[in-house]
Amino acid sequence: MTTATEIADHQSGFSLREWIFTTDHKKVGVLYLIGAMAAFVVAGLMAVGIRLEQMSPGESGLINYFVLDFAGAMSTGDAYNVALYFHGAAMILAFLIPGLTGFAANYLVPLMIGAPDVAFPRVNALSLWLFWGGIVLALLTFVIPDKPDIMWTGYPPYSITTTSNTALYVFTVHLIGFSSILGAVNFLTTIIYMRAPGMGWNQMNMFVWTTFAAFMIQIVFVPVLAAAVTLLLLDKYIGTGFFDAARGGDPLLYQNLFWFYSHPAVYVIFLPAVGLLFDIIATQAKNMVFNYKTAVYGGVIGILAITGEVWVHHLYIAGMPDWIRIGMMISTLLISLPVGLVLISLWGTLYKGAITYNLSMWYAVVCLFLILVGGLTGIPLAITSMTVHLSETSFVHAHFHFIMGLMATFALFAAVYHWFPKITGRSADSGMAKAAFWFKVIGTQVTFWPLFIIGVRGMPRRYWDYQMFPEFEPYHQVATFGAALIGIGVILMIVGWIYSAIRGPRVGSNPWGSRSLEWTHTDSPPGHGNFSKPIEIDEKWMPYNYR
Amino acid sequence: MRKRLRGVGVLMIGLFCLIENALAETTKGKIQSPTDAWNHTWTEVLWDLWIIGGVFAVVAVYLLIKYRAKSPDAVGTAVPLNLDKMLAWALVPLALFMADDFLLAAKGWTLWNIQRTVPENAMEVKVTGNQWFFEYEYENGVESEELVVPVGKPVVLRMTSNDVIHSFGLSDYRLKEDIIPGRITYMWFYPDKPHKSHVLCVEFCGTNHSQMYSEVRAIPQAEFDTWLAKQAE
Repeated sequence: MTTATEIADHQSGFSLREWIFTTDHKKVGVLYLIGAMAAFVVAGLMAVGIRLEQMSPGESGLINYFVLDFAGAMSTGDAYNVALYFHGAAMILAFLIPGLTGFAANYLVPLMIGAPDVAFPRVNALSLWLFWGGIVLALLTFVIPDKPDIMWTGYPPYSITTTSNTALYVFTVHLIGFSSILGAVNFLTTIIYMRAPGMGWNQMNMFVWTTFAAFMIQIVFVPVLAAAVTLLLLDKYIGTGFFDAARGGDPLLYQNLFWFYSHPAVYVIFLPAVGLLFDIIATQAKNMVFNYKTAVYGGVIGILAITGEVWVHHLYIAGMPDWIRIGMMISTLLISLPVGLVLISLWGTLYKGAITYNLSMWYAVVCLFLILVGGLTGIPLAITSMTVHLSETSFVHAHFHFIMGLMATFALFAAVYHWFPKITGRSADSGMAKAAFWFKVIGTQVTFWPLFIIGVRGMPRRYWDYQMFPEFEPYHQVATFGAALIGIGVILMIVGWIYSAIRGPRVGSNPWGSRSLEWTHTDSPPGHGNFSKPIEIDEKWMPYNYR
Repeated sequence: MRKRLRGVGVLMIGLFCLIENALAETTKGKIQSPTDAWNHTWTEVLWDLWIIGGVFAVVAVYLLIKYRAKSPDAVGTAVPLNLDKMLAWALVPLALFMADDFLLAAKGWTLWNIQRTVPENAMEVKVTGNQWFFEYEYENGVESEELVVPVGKPVVLRMTSNDVIHSFGLSDYRLKEDIIPGRITYMWFYPDKPHKSHVLCVEFCGTNHSQMYSEVRAIPQAEFDTWLAKQAE
């Protein structure tokens, strides 16, 4: 029997043309995942290069190879800065945001709300290919001679006076930003108008809510980033002088515009990641989401409400007026209110549950602790006067890696394992996948805890050389060892995914016994149009009704 | 319901009184050096983090162990919250978190006032940032490439940049502030004992960013006077 189905699979055939011209949200979602993982692997390689360079003070000479400078045309400092630029820009703009709001939102939102596809499937395909265009452009970094070295933040005047290619950065942001805006239009419309008949707002999956909030943020704030980088382009290549103090411009204008988007962007990543955790934990604990309405209207909407009023905490030492540095200290600390409500609901979802531990649940469990470390280390950074010392140290670096690099990334991987049977019809839970999990969990802790410690003692971030701090060398060596473990884990994970997609054991259409629509009402993988029968949602239905 | 809300009200008032107390305590203290004040506040903030983190972590571990599925088809038995409980589970945590936020904000603000209020007898040094070095100019016009200061005298730095944005990171003194072209920013520190350390550029400024640093030496007043006189020659 097995052989018969496998042959049938082969005959159903793979057509490249079909994938390229697809408007099916599921294929679009998978293509987003492939693009995001490609960016993740290259940006991850940069991270390995960075860690190798930092293993000891002074030049290692290795970092040049990572940015494809085999002839040694660049100085170590320049090569390191290019690697750092690519690592930051790609991880945020080409991996985390597209992974969560591209792959996960595309694949899951229509299925969860009982829709046959998104509202504008062709616009969706355009979003996807704009994103891929952005990735290709970003990868050109390694081919051109004047590789961008301006960090993902691109602060002027440096980004204007540098001889490197700022335009490449600007156009990459334009392409991916435009993709995000189109995605936002599409998903907001889909969630508002295409829910299955009878499905009220208070019956939506937490992931749908968090995606809704994330795209609200994107549609409001991405244009501001686009404006900021466009002014950068004009300043550098036309000589407009918006950011040139000598000609009446202001270098800080850029930082304000940039963080006006880029702080909310943290929630574009944080919210869907937490939404995925809610859905995975509720399913594996076979339990309702604790205090659903508070989590949604207090937590998710609360974050949405406060997200645009805190950006100056990225400029605490940038010479802003004293009053706003204190004002935004208070608003930043108040983020703990909605985030606290979200965490209580997340914790409460375990209460009186019946928890089954499989791989996706293990990832989710680790995320609970990663949120704690990442969130709590944000508290001193919210306090202006504490940040006066901590800012620009590896304490900050470790803090945001715990939230974005570890928690959000692990949540995305948890989602891949959780919905793998839906996407492929097969389970991705294998010995290799378990080994990958442990390599990454241990590796990440070994990498980032030393950085907290030396950060408090004064180790600056974005340094390839630290000859003034020879005492920090052992810490950097431990961190580099951790990075090697993560690297092994990532390779095992990806190989495991590919193997499982082809050879993994087949599982039924609802292996977790979930009550959510994507599991109860579709095949694995779902066919064209997703649902064969029309769906009616009854008033009492919830995706988390297990009792 | 009303009783519960009153309970929440009493709890909030109680917490605000606590904050009042804590505030009074921090302002009563005689901490003057921004460095000592930072270290002091950091210890308190760390306690706050460990307590909150500890509570959440212990509860998570307890729930994760206690509610393992007893059989493969077991389901969760939680019931929807009634309105009272729903509000209580929203308002009580909000009150607690807000109280903690205001406590931290009060402590942070107190420290901030110390960091930003320059003592009147402070010695002024002009700092200029360049790709990739710092320059110092003393009140008598002496220029230097290292920052030498007398022990026991507050020092205020008036800073600007000749090219891109840099940042003046005095990590041993727990201070930093950006150096921006077209603006003059300031910071002050109090070298209360002889100490040799570094000031580092901590805002990304290009190729040799990680090699942009200079020495900071706090030396006894007499030694400093000799040094300054020697530089003036």
